[in-house]
Amino acid sequence: MSLDQHPHVGLFITCLADLFRPSVGFAALKLLRDAGCRVDVPRAQTCCGQPAYNAGDRRDTAAIARQVIDAFEPFDYVVAPSGSCAGMIAKHYPDLFDEKTREHARAQALAAKTHELVQFLADVINVEALDVKFDKTVTYHDSCTGLRELGIRDQPRRLLASVAGLKLAEMEESETCCGFGGMFCVKYADISDHIVAGKTDFVRQTGAEVLLAGDLGCLMNMAGKMQRQGSGPEVRHVAEVLAGMTDGPAIGEADG
Amino acid sequence: MEIRSPDFAKNSSRALHDAQLQRALGNVKLGFIAKRRKAIDKLPEFERLRDEARAIKEHTLKHLDLYLEAYEKKVLEAGGHVHWAADARDARRIILDICREADAKTVTKGKSMIAEEVALNPHLEQAGIDVVETDLGEYIIQLRNEPPSHIIAPAVHLNKEQVEADFRRCHTGLPDGRDLDEPVQLLGEARAVLRQKYLDADVGITGANFLVAETGSSIIVTNEGNGDLTQILPKVHIVIASLEKITPTLEDASQILRVLARSATGQEFSVYTTLSTGPKRPGDPDGPGDYHVVLLDNGRSAMLGTPFEDMLRCIRCGACMNHCPVYHSVGGHAYGWVYGGPMGAVLTPTLIGIDKAGHLPNASTFCGRCEAVCPMRIPLPKMMRHWREREFERHLTPVVQRAGLGAWAFFARRPRLYHALTSMSAAVLRAMAGRKGRLARLALARGWTRFRDLPAPQGRTFQAQWQSGKRA
Ligand code: SF4
Repeated sequence: MSLDQHPHVGLFITCLADLFRPSVGFAALKLLRDAGCRVDVPRAQTCCGQPAYNAGDRRDTAAIARQVIDAFEPFDYVVAPSGSCAGMIAKHYPDLFDEKTREHARAQALAAKTHELVQFLADVINVEALDVKFDKTVTYHDSCTGLRELGIRDQPRRLLASVAGLKLAEMEESETCCGFGGMFCVKYADISDHIVAGKTDFVRQTGAEVLLAGDLGCLMNMAGKMQRQGSGPEVRHVAEVLAGMTDGPAIGEADG
Repeated sequence: MEIRSPDFAKNSSRALHDAQLQRALGNVKLGFIAKRRKAIDKLPEFERLRDEARAIKEHTLKHLDLYLEAYEKKVLEAGGHVHWAADARDARRIILDICREADAKTVTKGKSMIAEEVALNPHLEQAGIDVVETDLGEYIIQLRNEPPSHIIAPAVHLNKEQVEADFRRCHTGLPDGRDLDEPVQLLGEARAVLRQKYLDADVGITGANFLVAETGSSIIVTNEGNGDLTQILPKVHIVIASLEKITPTLEDASQILRVLARSATGQEFSVYTTLSTGPKRPGDPDGPGDYHVVLLDNGRSAMLGTPFEDMLRCIRCGACMNHCPVYHSVGGHAYGWVYGGPMGAVLTPTLIGIDKAGHLPNASTFCGRCEAVCPMRIPLPKMMRHWREREFERHLTPVVQRAGLGAWAFFARRPRLYHALTSMSAAVLRAMAGRKGRLARLALARGWTRFRDLPAPQGRTFQAQWQSGKRA
């Protein structure tokens, strides 16, 4: 691994950012490049395999994991703007292969160099402050996998604190699940709805103008719910704010 | 008890629309979480204690046969009897036989989830025995003819007003106008009614939080002291417990006790921690003349050496359900059998079969909070996923879901096709959304759009933009 000042980072774009919100990917690119990384986006990526993994389909999951390992092996680091996808690679890929096999060793090696974006910036590259401005009150939701599998809690708050003009208004139970849960939100739609409705109450109670989090699944769930309810702050991925790329419409909002 | 787990979806939507239940569940969420947090913040070594508790149980499970035999020996030495029950039917038969031999008319019972698991009460009642639950929560649900909805707080699904109405309905002979506004008045009334039952009982049945191999003791923890009266006053005491309740020594049990109450109710210790070892000895002022232990397997030994072995470390503290967003939403009854919440989602399929309990390990967001709070560090989400894998292998996964997943995986494994498909989807969804930026209805994503809008893609996919170097 070339531990020079310009580590070579493979950006794992995530299937949701790729399809729904490419601006998250461009924000990640900017943050990584500003931090001195050389960044590439392998074409041979689709998804981390979590939908198959959580549906009990190990064979397809392993096939997808092999594809990701092949595509990202050459990089110094793998970085994803999602705790959920980064957690899948960093915590679950090795379990997909029999121990003592070469595949297992490769999965472990990839796992060891895979990070969620904000954690990577704060803990690996040691970014302490960002030279951007965002004159708004925000509230931050701790996505489950990032929080509990990867220990992401202080890092986004630390970096957000360095954004000029930004005020953080913490919500009650920021660490409670938003009810997304991948396929859960469509399979058990009414339970998921009940959970997200509780969550959006807490979000509104803060009076914040913007809701931030590090995972598009949760963000789309909460944004979609508040838009259906007809009230609530705008919703953005934390990377957009950290990169100073907040000119475009927020999640699910009309153009211009 | 009747199995209603296959109806989980129906049960849960009923629960979501039950205003009384929702009000009661609101209290669970606030009460338990905050109290546990407070207790743990006061104990800096809590994380280390969790590791030690886990290590004790792991060691015990590795040598389960050895410790069970040692325990049996000690119980016999103390003058008690040990009965091995392979399954629920065995356990019911053994206990009814003991009751018959004692010519029992009335049986008092402490709280026991194992008794629920083997459906003991209806069996004894059918034989003409009057069974009286002495734990307040259990007593209330017995009056209502309901199963428990929580492993440590069986009546947590009820509000005070409902209990008051039940007492007025069942405690006939008391003045109609009596004041029952305060919880303490309800407690007082239940106490007075139960007092006579304790004295009448011929047999007392309790569960066990621990069985101690070193001494042959069983340990129960309660907050009401009802267990003590249940096991001391009648002439026969029966302990019913599952195999994995065994711990090697008293020291081990007290180690685990340090994490139990804190995780369960946020107490440092439960109000009563009661040990019982054999029948009354010559010179003892009180105690039962006969002491029986019924050790239930019911599928547990078959879990050893499987991916579900970790579940045998469970000490039934309830922390996993107290922190579960799904349990908070639907309550314990929706799970359709004895055990609810995350521990039930793992355990129930092993006990009643994954074909009947298939919903349970699927109805989880995998938020991981259960594992984060479980004092025994049981990897609950991982084991739920194991169940999903078994379902998938056995083709128990719903057909539509399986087909959808298959189609998705086909593309996910072929990046070029995948990118063509996502580019097309982005264009179509965007065209459908128009300038609104979101979709209120989408046939292919009805589960989503029933309750929420779907944000539309911003434009071309990231990959398409990256490839054309537009913004690179
Ligand atoms: S699984 Fe863990 S948290 Fe849940 S009841 Fe058992 S010991 Fe407690």
